[in-house]
Amino acid sequence: MATEVLMPALSPTMEEGTLAKWLVKEGDTVSSGDILAEIETDKATMEFEAVDEGTIGKILIEAGTEGVKVNTPIAILVEEGEEVPAEGAKAETAPAPAALNGEEGKTAAPATAAPAPAEPKPDTSPDWPEGTKMKTQTVREALRDAMAEEMRSTDEVFVMGEEVAEYQGAYKITQGLLDEFGARRVIDTPITEHGFAGIGVGAAFGGLRPIVEFMTFNFAMQAIDQIINSAAKTLYMSGGQMGCPIVFRGPNGAAARVAAQHSQCYAAWYSQIPGLKVAMPYSAADAKGLLKTAIRDPNPVIFLENEILYGRSFDVPDLEDFTVPFGKAKTWREGSDVTIVSFGIGMTYALEAAERLAGDGIEAEVIDLRTIRPMDTDAILASVRKTNRLITVEEGFPQGSVGNYITSVVMEQAFDYLDAPVINLAGKDVPMPYAANLEKLALVTTDEVVEAAHKVTYR
Amino acid sequence: MATRKSTAKPNASAEELMGYYRDMLLIRRFEEKAGQLYGMGLIGGFCHLYIGQEAVVVGLEATAKEGDKRITTYRDHGHMLACGMDPKGVMAELTGREGGLSKGKGGSMHMFSKEKHFYGGHGIVGANVPLGAGLAFSDMYKGNDNVTFTYFGDGAANQGQVYETYNMAMLWTLPVIFVIENNKYAMGTSVQRATKSPSLWERGAAYGIKGEEVDGMDVLAVKAAGEKAVAHCRAGKGPYILEIMTYRYRGHSMSDPAKYRTRDEVQKMRTERDAIEHVRELLLQGKHASEDDLKEIDKEIKAIVNEAAEFSKESPEPAPEELWTDIYA
Repeated sequence: MATEVLMPALSPTMEEGTLAKWLVKEGDTVSSGDILAEIETDKATMEFEAVDEGTIGKILIEAGTEGVKVNTPIAILVEEGEEVPAEGAKAETAPAPAALNGEEGKTAAPATAAPAPAEPKPDTSPDWPEGTKMKTQTVREALRDAMAEEMRSTDEVFVMGEEVAEYQGAYKITQGLLDEFGARRVIDTPITEHGFAGIGVGAAFGGLRPIVEFMTFNFAMQAIDQIINSAAKTLYMSGGQMGCPIVFRGPNGAAARVAAQHSQCYAAWYSQIPGLKVAMPYSAADAKGLLKTAIRDPNPVIFLENEILYGRSFDVPDLEDFTVPFGKAKTWREGSDVTIVSFGIGMTYALEAAERLAGDGIEAEVIDLRTIRPMDTDAILASVRKTNRLITVEEGFPQGSVGNYITSVVMEQAFDYLDAPVINLAGKDVPMPYAANLEKLALVTTDEVVEAAHKVTYR
Repeated sequence: MATRKSTAKPNASAEELMGYYRDMLLIRRFEEKAGQLYGMGLIGGFCHLYIGQEAVVVGLEATAKEGDKRITTYRDHGHMLACGMDPKGVMAELTGREGGLSKGKGGSMHMFSKEKHFYGGHGIVGANVPLGAGLAFSDMYKGNDNVTFTYFGDGAANQGQVYETYNMAMLWTLPVIFVIENNKYAMGTSVQRATKSPSLWERGAAYGIKGEEVDGMDVLAVKAAGEKAVAHCRAGKGPYILEIMTYRYRGHSMSDPAKYRTRDEVQKMRTERDAIEHVRELLLQGKHASEDDLKEIDKEIKAIVNEAAEFSKESPEPAPEELWTDIYA
């Protein structure tokens, strides 16, 4: 059976090329791997090898021909003793490639046509039953308890990171875990974030549930390829086969006087990645409930803590198994004049500002997102429909901030409800300075939140 | 049926030799077909062919037992075929179709099989090395004696995370075999132009990891070295490095101008050191198989590859809804 040799595509973008030179002539026998011709693409001159064996029956395109389209027959290969088919007779040819970019490929309309916004339906159920006994705990203790409880419940959970075991945690979050669970499950690593993040991801692929502590999230930049390319994307790339149940946790954002390389908030960075979940608790109850949810989640979770919040005390429900679901914001304070949305340490400023604003006769509704991804946009939209004004508060950099995203959602889905432009309060657009006075200026402040509220309420 | 005799080499029976011949030939023919489909525009993007390196993965797979894991880089088609993944599913993934092993969402560089303990197919050079150590960690944690074959190239061997991993793998005595497939070129940069180290496996010595150089064009040599490495790992002695000297006949990916090496160099390897020819000769000279027996195998393999190619063309493109699935478990 005669076979047509087709002009090959030799690069991802090649559509046509020059048949520079034939290295075989009619009558030559060839076997797979032999070089048939040299083909020039826009990038390089490349050798074109035979795949099938046979005899070159006829050369259809002369050497030196330019603009030969991909898949044009350039020669006919015949089997031993076979005649070249007569002009017009059909040689066997591989089927034409499927329409990859053609009309057939056009599918559902892109999601740009905005449907009429649905009524937002936030989940406003309480996090714990009324009358639950409460205890006072620091965020630090709540995080430790969350890990200890989950480690007690399943052997698959283990903790690894720098100084998590013998030192008892650089910030004492893993205090006592080594004593209770032993060195098999509480593992000190060398200072090699890239490597141990990857080992953690591999262990998760292998069926374990690692908690990887970064001493701070600043150091996770060394490991960000493993977090994003390996942990977040593999489920999708594997068509759903290979999940990665892992928690990356540690302090995030500015601490105090540690300057530019140790003072960055990564909420906006990680929240951009499909495949990741991002939690950033403010209170001790949320720290505990969200971390337990994170450890049980079958997906990679970025769990952003804050060094300044570690020592703060809050009421925590005294329940045997208390969890907080992802994607459910918490309204800390109800109000009808302006909505303030924040998360993590930003809540400190939001709540302080709301208190002061109440004194000025402005009632602010304060929403704590708790998880940035998934984000409870329904809670924001429902509140904006009520207050018609929105301020977002975060410590991260202003360009491409979480607040910017919230603004876009509100513009698209609640534009008609807005009575003032949305204000995004964020850290200043500068690397964090060391000097105490400059550091204060670089961070978002309660004063700024109060001022913004006056501005959007025109009062 | 050809007369069966024990082979001159002690570590493989005639039957095993036939198996290696088959497995290597399947990879080669499959890859040639993939190259052809790429030329026809049916496969897009990057496509890194394994032609020339077949003995590496076939030799090592001969030493694996059930539950052992493997993970590799983006030159991964051979590894998948060698561990028994369905050629149809692999080819259909190359063409980006619904019947592909990742439903068309991973492509040439990203395929996985829980069933065969194949953990990818990774596109970032060096990143699969700590992942492999992590897989080994999971086995050690669970207390079984499985090992993880972690394949990477001479190019990846210069990545920092490889050495972070060596350090921790030895520190924690992880059952991981680091397989450096040294095919002499990291894309277009020869090993000599990328490092002054005289050898790559010896770098493990800095961490106390044993290793050796292996002739990667001789499947029996690879198997022998693999057996040693596997025994070392299973005995709980920690990681082992195999630097397997091999050669890729084709370009790095599809658009490779081949300016960095001579045609003669490639031709010399093909004619003098080809791993498949080597086994073919052992089979014929040892009278373990006749020319006809081998032709029969060639025919079988051709049929498997053609069937895979047909399947990869006929399988439909993934449904548009697939865009939105498998993002979260």
